[in-house]
Amino acid sequence: MPTTYVEAIREGIREEMERDPNVFLLGEDIGVYGGAFKVTQGLLDQFGERRVVDTPISESAIVGAAIGASFMGLRPVAEMQFADFISCGFDQIVNYAAKCRYRWNAPAAIVVRAPCGGGIHGGPFHSQQNEAWFAHTPGLKVVLPATARDAKGLIKSAIRDNDPVLFFEHKALYRRVKEDLPEGDYTVPIGKANVYREGRDLSIVTYSAMVHTAAEAAEIVAKDGISVEVVDLRTLTPFDEETVLESVKKTSKAIVLHEATLTGGFGGEIAARITEKAFEYLDGPVVRIAAPDTPVPFSQTLEDAYLPSVEQVVEKVRWLAAY
Amino acid sequence: MAAVKLEAVHPDRGTGAEAELSRKFLYYMALMREVEERIERRLYRQGKVLGGVYVGRGQEAIPVGSGLVARPDDVLFPSHRDLALYFIRGVHPRNVFAQYMGRVDGLTRGRDGNMHMGDLSKGLVAIISAMAASVPVAAGAAMAMKYQGKDSVALVYFGDGATSRGDWHEGINLASVQKAPLVLLCNNNQYAYSTPLSKQMACQNVADRAAGYGIPAEIVDGNDPFAIHAATRRAVEHARGGLGPYLIECKTFRMTGHSAHDPADYVPKHLFEEWGAMCPIQRMQDRMVEEGWATREETNDILARIRKETDEAIAWAENSPFPDPSELTLGVYESK
Repeated sequence: MPTTYVEAIREGIREEMERDPNVFLLGEDIGVYGGAFKVTQGLLDQFGERRVVDTPISESAIVGAAIGASFMGLRPVAEMQFADFISCGFDQIVNYAAKCRYRWNAPAAIVVRAPCGGGIHGGPFHSQQNEAWFAHTPGLKVVLPATARDAKGLIKSAIRDNDPVLFFEHKALYRRVKEDLPEGDYTVPIGKANVYREGRDLSIVTYSAMVHTAAEAAEIVAKDGISVEVVDLRTLTPFDEETVLESVKKTSKAIVLHEATLTGGFGGEIAARITEKAFEYLDGPVVRIAAPDTPVPFSQTLEDAYLPSVEQVVEKVRWLAAY
Repeated sequence: MAAVKLEAVHPDRGTGAEAELSRKFLYYMALMREVEERIERRLYRQGKVLGGVYVGRGQEAIPVGSGLVARPDDVLFPSHRDLALYFIRGVHPRNVFAQYMGRVDGLTRGRDGNMHMGDLSKGLVAIISAMAASVPVAAGAAMAMKYQGKDSVALVYFGDGATSRGDWHEGINLASVQKAPLVLLCNNNQYAYSTPLSKQMACQNVADRAAGYGIPAEIVDGNDPFAIHAATRRAVEHARGGLGPYLIECKTFRMTGHSAHDPADYVPKHLFEEWGAMCPIQRMQDRMVEEGWATREETNDILARIRKETDEAIAWAENSPFPDPSELTLGVYESK
C-alpha cells in the first residue's frame, strides 16, 4: 500500500518517538488539531501532552525552547506552521543554534520542520521557499526531501543528528506523491544526493518539488531522443558536490532548477561549483531556472507564471541540448 | 532610589550560617570586581584584550546572591554582567583571562570573546549578543527538567533593556503556560547602553510586567546579596514546587559605561556618587565587621588573597597560546 509524503513524515516521527523517549514535539496546533497540514495527527493520542506540546504563537520561543531542551539531552522536533513564519524565529536559528557548537562546543540537536513552497494558492506568506537564508549560515543542515521514501528516511536521520537541521517539507507534495516504502527501520543519510533519473545528454540539478517538474520534463524530451539525468540534492548543506560533479562530467551540460527566487538562490552556488570544478567538461553554459525575483503572488494566473513550469524546463532543456 | 542600609532580614539571621555566607558573598563579589578591573583597566588598555569589554561593577551582588542559592544540577544562563556565576560554578579566573585575550585556554578557545562563554558540564550556558535570546532557551531547559522528572531549575539573567525584546516576552509566556521551573533575574541597572529606563518602558518596574504572564515577581535591593539570596530562595522554592516561573527585579546601577570604550557622559554625575556610596563590596565588608562576622583584618585578608590569585591567573593566561589558524574551520558541525 503506497504511503504519501505526509504519512511518511508522520511515520518517521512516530518511529523515532517510539525508539527514543527523549524525542518530543513542540509547535503551534500540532496536538489536538494534528498540525495545520496534519503531519502530527494522532501523535498526541499515542504519546500524550508531555511529548506533543502545543505552544503559544511564538516562533522564537519554539526554536529557543528546542535549543534549551536539547542542551538538557532531549531531542526536540519543532514545527513552524509555515516556512514563511520561520523569520519570526530567525535569530534563534541563525545566531543561537547555528553557532553554539562552534563557539563553545554545545550541540543544538534540534529539528525545525517547515512546510514550504507554492502551488497551493497561499499567497506571499504561505508559499515561500526560503532555504537559501539558512544554507548561507554555517552550522545548520538544510534538508528538502522530494519523495515519500526520502521524507521518512531523512526525518529519521534529522532527529538522530547532533546538529541543528532545518527540514523543509513541500506542501504541494504532502498528498501528491506516494510510493511503497521499505519495510522496517531505514534512514536516508543527510548530505547525500540521489540520481533520481539517469540520463546521458544533460543534467538537471534540483531539489524538493522541482524534482518532479524536472522528471516530467525529462519524460517529454525523451520522446525526442534527449536523455536527461535528474539529480535530487535532498540536502543543500552539507552539499554533495561529488554526485553533482560526477553527473555533469558525464553529461557535459547542466541546468540548475529551483522553486526559490533566482537572485541569491542556492542555484547560484551550484552553478558556481560546477563552473569552478567541472569547467573543462562543459559543452554549454550552466543554465539556471528559478522563480522570478518577486514575492509569491496569490492569483492563479500570477502564481502559475511565477512557479517554474514543466514547459519552461522543456524549453531550456531543448535549447541547451542543441547548444 | 534612595540609599538603603544593608540590613535585609535573611532566613539564616542569628545563625553561624549567616557569617559563613557573608564570607562567600565578599569573596565572590570581590573576585569578580578584581578580575573585571584587571580586564577593563589594565589588559584592555594595554591592548592585550581586544574587542568589547562589559563589566558588572557595582552589580556584583546579583550573580553572587542568587548564584549561591543554585544547586549543582540547576542550570545558569548568565548575562554579560554576571561574571561571578562562572567562579561560583568552578571556572578558574585564569580561563576567564584567557577567554578575554582570545587564547586557547579560554572557554571558547578563541572562537568567541568576553562574556560569551559557557560550559554545559558546569551548568553554564553562553549568551549570544542579542539581548534576552537566552530567555526562551532557558524556558526550554526548564521544560526539559520537568519532562525528565527532575526537580532542578533554570536561572536566567538579563538587564532592563532586554525586557524590551520579544524573546523575553515569548520565553516567559511559554514557560508560564508550561509551568516550567524558571527563575528570572533582572539586573535593572537603569541604563541600556545610553538609553535610560524611561525610554525603555513606560511602566515603573520590570516586575510590573510579570502580571501579564500570571507569574509572581518581587523587587529587591540589587546591591544587597542577602536580599537577593533570600528572594532567590523563595523563587527557587516556587519553581521547584511546580508552580512555574518567578521574576526577581534587582534594582541597582551601572557604575561604568556600557562597555570599556563608553565614557557614559550621558549619565548625570550625581547618580554615580549616590550609587557609589552603596557599593555592595564595601558595604559587605563594613557589615561583616559591624555584625562581628569577621575582623577588618580578616576581610582585608580575603581581598589580599584575591589579588594574589588574580596576579597568578593573568600570568598563566598570558602564557596560553593563541589558537592555531588551522583550527579555523573545525567544529562547525559534529566531527564524525
